[in-house]
Amino acid sequence: MKMDNAADIRAADIRLAGVGKTFGQGEHAVRAIGDATLDMQRGDFISLLGPSGCGKTTLLRIIAGLERPSEGEIVVRGHPVWEGGKRSAEATRPVSMMFQEARLFPWFTVAENVALPLRLRGVRKAEREARAHALCETVGLKGFERMRPSSLSGGMRQRASLARALITEPQVLLLDEPFGALDAMTRDTLNMELMSVCAQAQVTTILVTHSITEAAFLSDRVVVLAARPARITEVIEMPFERPRTLDLQRNPEFQDMLVRLRASLTGGH
Amino acid sequence: MRTDRFLRIALPTATVAAFLLAWTAYVHTAEVSAFILPTPLQIVSAFIGLVSDAEIWRHALVTVIEAVSGFLIAVVLGITLGMAMARIQMLEWAFKPFIVCLQLIPKIALAPLFILWFGFGLESKIVIAAALSFFPVFSNALVAFRSVEPGDRDVFTMLQANPVQRFTMLDLPTALPVVLAGMEVAVVMSMIGAIVGEFIGGNEGLGYLAVAMLQELQVPGLFAVIVLLTLIGLTLYTLIAQLRGWLTPWHASVAGRSQDA
Ligand SMILES: Nc1ncnc2c1ncn2[C@@H]1O[C@H](COP(=O)(O)OP(=O)(O)OP(=O)(O)O)[C@@H](O)[C@H]1O
Ligand SMILES: [Mg+2]
Repeated sequence: MKMDNAADIRAADIRLAGVGKTFGQGEHAVRAIGDATLDMQRGDFISLLGPSGCGKTTLLRIIAGLERPSEGEIVVRGHPVWEGGKRSAEATRPVSMMFQEARLFPWFTVAENVALPLRLRGVRKAEREARAHALCETVGLKGFERMRPSSLSGGMRQRASLARALITEPQVLLLDEPFGALDAMTRDTLNMELMSVCAQAQVTTILVTHSITEAAFLSDRVVVLAARPARITEVIEMPFERPRTLDLQRNPEFQDMLVRLRASLTGGH
Repeated sequence: MRTDRFLRIALPTATVAAFLLAWTAYVHTAEVSAFILPTPLQIVSAFIGLVSDAEIWRHALVTVIEAVSGFLIAVVLGITLGMAMARIQMLEWAFKPFIVCLQLIPKIALAPLFILWFGFGLESKIVIAAALSFFPVFSNALVAFRSVEPGDRDVFTMLQANPVQRFTMLDLPTALPVVLAGMEVAVVMSMIGAIVGEFIGGNEGLGYLAVAMLQELQVPGLFAVIVLLTLIGLTLYTLIAQLRGWLTPWHASVAGRSQDA
């Protein structure tokens, strides 16, 4: 890593420059993302908000290096994600992704699923078990560690999946609708937990959500996307001070922001 | 729940008992010749006579060795080839014509040919058993190793898993339930292969013994051999089913079964 001048220290943690993605060719081509340009500093929390099918998952997958962009460039922590046609290990190692589906493996118990990233990195069994159990408690899965994923509810699976994404203490966290299957109460609790984890460890986070409130509450900036043509319509700052508490949601300024976001979302069609 | 458990035992017992009674009654009332259809009791006494003769176990051992050897060959070849073709598309393209042809040939029809090539000893029966049990393993392995979901692969990609980790923690556990289901079918096929081989040529094994009984018109003895073959087949099948429960305890087919019990 070169960190030898002031400009580099302020260098973006994640930089998207003119990123676009088209699936298929000719008349079957689907434009999923168009001309996405975005800079994120270390510790930034942004949300992607947009209608179904506007390319949110695709954008996350491009940043994670799971999908190659058709055009443009992505740089994560100073390393281009794609180098000479190959996925760069340096750019993708600090990144953790929580997928839209929980993607737990039925042959592992809940704790083993959560500990899988550590196991793949060669962490000793005793240590990874201890860390997995601690994280299970954090996300509210205490007592379910030894169960199979198939005996968990949808929301519990999502929480296990979140724990798996957090266990490596990632520097970049990509979350694809993490709390879709949760009740409002649990959702609030986990959002607070997520916010404190991300703030403490200065995690650069991108969250995909359909909830305008969640986006406004958690984020430094909300990126509003639109489909047909696929594009970023607006990037809106959330000027609320941190640390934030749930009381913020009753604040009139916050309410105004929700109205503004809703207008931006519907205007994008 | 308790009545359920009672009925699960009582109902099959009742139907089996009724069947055996009807069989006995039919033989007596219709005055069927004992050369054609003995009564269940006659079969039982013939069976007891059969299994108390040391000679029978030599024959049984031969058949088991043929079937199990053939089965093991089929498992090793089937899994290796299925896995290789699932991985390497070119291999499948290259060998597709052979596979389709071999799948269409009634493998039993090849049995005389194998006797010609491999002689009247154990080898030809092992080859027939292997030929019959290969396809269930192979085609299941091919499908199984293909069925790893791209989304699951993405998880391992994000976690920078190396190829060995991918294989042991993703491909193998994904494929195992389907491969083992193929093996359950294959073990039955391998018994058929060994017996057919013994029918055609040779002078040992339970298949040979069945033909010998027929020629001497020892019909109760023939039935006794069939019963013994059934019991051996059942044992082999149960072993594989046990293996499946032990190797893939998470799988729905296994979980469902243990819930039933
Ligand atoms: N592998 C693929 N092949 C072809 N088209 C794809 C592929 N992946 C996504 N698309 C298309 O790209 C567009 C964006 O998909 P994407 O999954 O990114 O949407 P999304 O914003 O995440 O939607 P949702 O909110 O429903 O999850 C869709 O029109 C989809 O059909
Ligand atoms: Mg999506």
